[in-house]
Amino acid sequence: MNTLTGTRHLARLILRRDRVLLPLWVLLLAALPMTYATSFFELFPTDADRAAYAAGTARNPSIVALLGPVYGDSVGALTAQRSGFLLVIIALASLLTVVRHTRTEEEAGRRELLGGTVLGRYAGLTAALLVTYAADLLLGLLTAAGLVSTGLPAAGSYAYGLSATLTGVVFATIGGLAAQLTETAGGARGIAIGVLGAAFGLRLLGDTATHDWPSWLSPLGWAPRVRPYEGERWWVLALPLVASVLIAAVAYPVSVRRDLGAGVLPPRLGPATAGQALSGSFGLAWRLHRGQILWWSVGFGLLGLILGGAAQAAGRSVEGNPQLEEIMARIGGASGLADAYLGATLSLAGLAAAGYGVQAALRMRAEETAGRAEPLLATGVHRSTWLLSHVAFALLGPVVVLAVTGFTTGLTYGLSVHDVPAELPRMVGAGLAQVPAAWVLTGIAVLLFGLLPRLASVAWAVLAVCVLLGQLGAVLKLDRWLLDLSPFNHTPQVLREHWNATPLYVLALVALLLALAGLTAFRRRDTPVT
Amino acid sequence: METPIEVSGLVKNFGRTRALDGLDLTVRAGEVHGFLGPNGAGKSTTIRVLLGLLRADAGAVRLLGGDPWRDAVALHRRLAYVPGDVTLWPNLSGGEVIDLLGRMRGGLDPKRRAELLDSFELDPRKKGRAYSKGNRQKVGLVAALASDVELLILDEPTSGLDPLMEEVFQHWVRRAKQDGRTVLLSSHILAEVEALCDRVTIIRNGRAVESGTLGELRHLHRTAIDAEVAAPLDGLADLPGVHDLRVDGNRVRFDVDSAALDTALRRLTELGVRSLVSQPPTLEELFLRHYEAIPGQPAPAEATR
Repeated sequence: MNTLTGTRHLARLILRRDRVLLPLWVLLLAALPMTYATSFFELFPTDADRAAYAAGTARNPSIVALLGPVYGDSVGALTAQRSGFLLVIIALASLLTVVRHTRTEEEAGRRELLGGTVLGRYAGLTAALLVTYAADLLLGLLTAAGLVSTGLPAAGSYAYGLSATLTGVVFATIGGLAAQLTETAGGARGIAIGVLGAAFGLRLLGDTATHDWPSWLSPLGWAPRVRPYEGERWWVLALPLVASVLIAAVAYPVSVRRDLGAGVLPPRLGPATAGQALSGSFGLAWRLHRGQILWWSVGFGLLGLILGGAAQAAGRSVEGNPQLEEIMARIGGASGLADAYLGATLSLAGLAAAGYGVQAALRMRAEETAGRAEPLLATGVHRSTWLLSHVAFALLGPVVVLAVTGFTTGLTYGLSVHDVPAELPRMVGAGLAQVPAAWVLTGIAVLLFGLLPRLASVAWAVLAVCVLLGQLGAVLKLDRWLLDLSPFNHTPQVLREHWNATPLYVLALVALLLALAGLTAFRRRDTPVT
Repeated sequence: METPIEVSGLVKNFGRTRALDGLDLTVRAGEVHGFLGPNGAGKSTTIRVLLGLLRADAGAVRLLGGDPWRDAVALHRRLAYVPGDVTLWPNLSGGEVIDLLGRMRGGLDPKRRAELLDSFELDPRKKGRAYSKGNRQKVGLVAALASDVELLILDEPTSGLDPLMEEVFQHWVRRAKQDGRTVLLSSHILAEVEALCDRVTIIRNGRAVESGTLGELRHLHRTAIDAEVAAPLDGLADLPGVHDLRVDGNRVRFDVDSAALDTALRRLTELGVRSLVSQPPTLEELFLRHYEAIPGQPAPAEATR
């Protein structure tokens, strides 16, 4: 039997299972650079406009840190730089896809089911890699075609597209290696995402320092160094290719040497007895929620650092453009624009925090359907206590996440305007002002869980509608009453001088009533409902 | 001492499906009670009603002298429950789950916990995601058997255990009985029920069709006779209560109702008995008799053998 026997069947199975998800991220990520190019053509029609923007961007360390270096002031160069963060997302999507179709399958035992059929030793890993490589290639070609269609030069467009492809390929291969190392998909994702984070850190370090050699060590630093549209250096594309081959050369032997289901790293053992904290419903809920709260806080804290640091530059980026300067003057000068930027940023964080709340509340549903709630509810714990222990963290999580975001935003923004004592509390306050609207979404999730458990995930759809109303409402000129359906539309703009706190109390009260209604319904209903 | 479980006329509907249709079940204090029925007969639904997880649509249910729905929390401190498919939190160790469940029930006996871990050969340090099906069951069993409770409710608890561990399980159930605990053991492993249970309730389509001690149940059913007689056989086929008569030369085999056993044996001795084997019905035969030849009912023979 050939070591690759069955690869084609497995690849087809992967495509069948990912027939929605895969095209979605490929198309979305391929379309974005094109939209950036179009808007650059519109916003900066003259060479002088672009030169000013490019100089401003290059001077701003936060933007360079987030997106990468600026190599020129052509529309193409600006588009490639603006698309810098997409590389991280492409890398993430690629490695997650590979882990999903290798270690997740093995952990769930489905791989064993297939292993009984005619399958070569390398088939599983190869199929997952091939499908992801193909998706990355398609993504790169679509991106290039899209950029050419906006009028950009073909050579630069293909250079950018292929650099995006190969960034995806490197991280797909890293995902393939990580999947061989641990027993759990979660562990494999952790390792691969850790490598991605380290690559981002290296690139950030190299691009903002005087010497850029750390960026040359980072797989995320290679794509910008192909310099699309600014005298393409095609040889740089060989770096990700060689790296992928080397990583695969490690992953394949490891995949054969280990047993099915086992990893190279030994599984960690836990304590033989429970600590004092783990003695009831709240202790358990803390164990189940604490990791999420921690990671969300770290992620949002870092984002706050970057976005807070970029705010002042955002305020100044229109300098030299008389029309925009006039608009700015009307909303309060550079500080007014910075405040508008910070307000918008923190309201986006509010939407994300609502996502946290929904996710944490729906944890109850996951516990119920997995059969883990039943043995607990058959002990001396009251149904209300069980529910409240989860709801407590679904309510607390958004508070922590938004407070941390406000804190880090206030810290870097305060440093950039030399007034930390004033800006820090102001930004923490602006972050916390987003909490009540986020709580309403938590409340809706709790109500659905209590009343219509089978439809509990509709809470995500409610959040999606709120996001759409907020983002597209003004563009589509929707009626006021429709926009007012979203709780986020009632959050006051607390960075302005005059604002009214009443809506915050009303939102918090609504959230509380929704959660109480959910609690009442849960106390009366059968469980488990599957 | 009160009767730990008293259920009469219990009805539970899920939408248009009637899961329990007037079920009766009595479990007496200190006994191990077998709760028998194939998959889908309503065993787990009954147990969930007893645990106050599902609300009864009609009928009377008393658990440890209380109302399982209204007094759920107080009653749960006096019982321990093991579901047929124990699922664990992937990031909690088995030992942590055992202690957590024990504490939430109101404490467990640390000495018995250690003994149980030892005899079930369970490593309590492994994380939930690392346990096999059988080991997850053991986590649930250790947590329940180490708890100081009056009543154990076990819903097909040994699924996934190997025969050695099945022995260990039976040992601990006997010990629980010696300690004066009451056990409701839902099962479709008939050997397990035969080995452990004082009384048995067989349910079908949400109704109890038989209830009593194994002896009583057997008494209601036919005994198989296999005999060799001296003279050619006659006059046996017309006897009331004799079924499935097969004659092979001097050898006769037939089933006979308990009420007609005496008459049939008299007839045999008149002919001169050379050898005689009499077999009471096995639990399996009792069980199958209730499930065979029911239109629309999946044949249970494959499921139980």
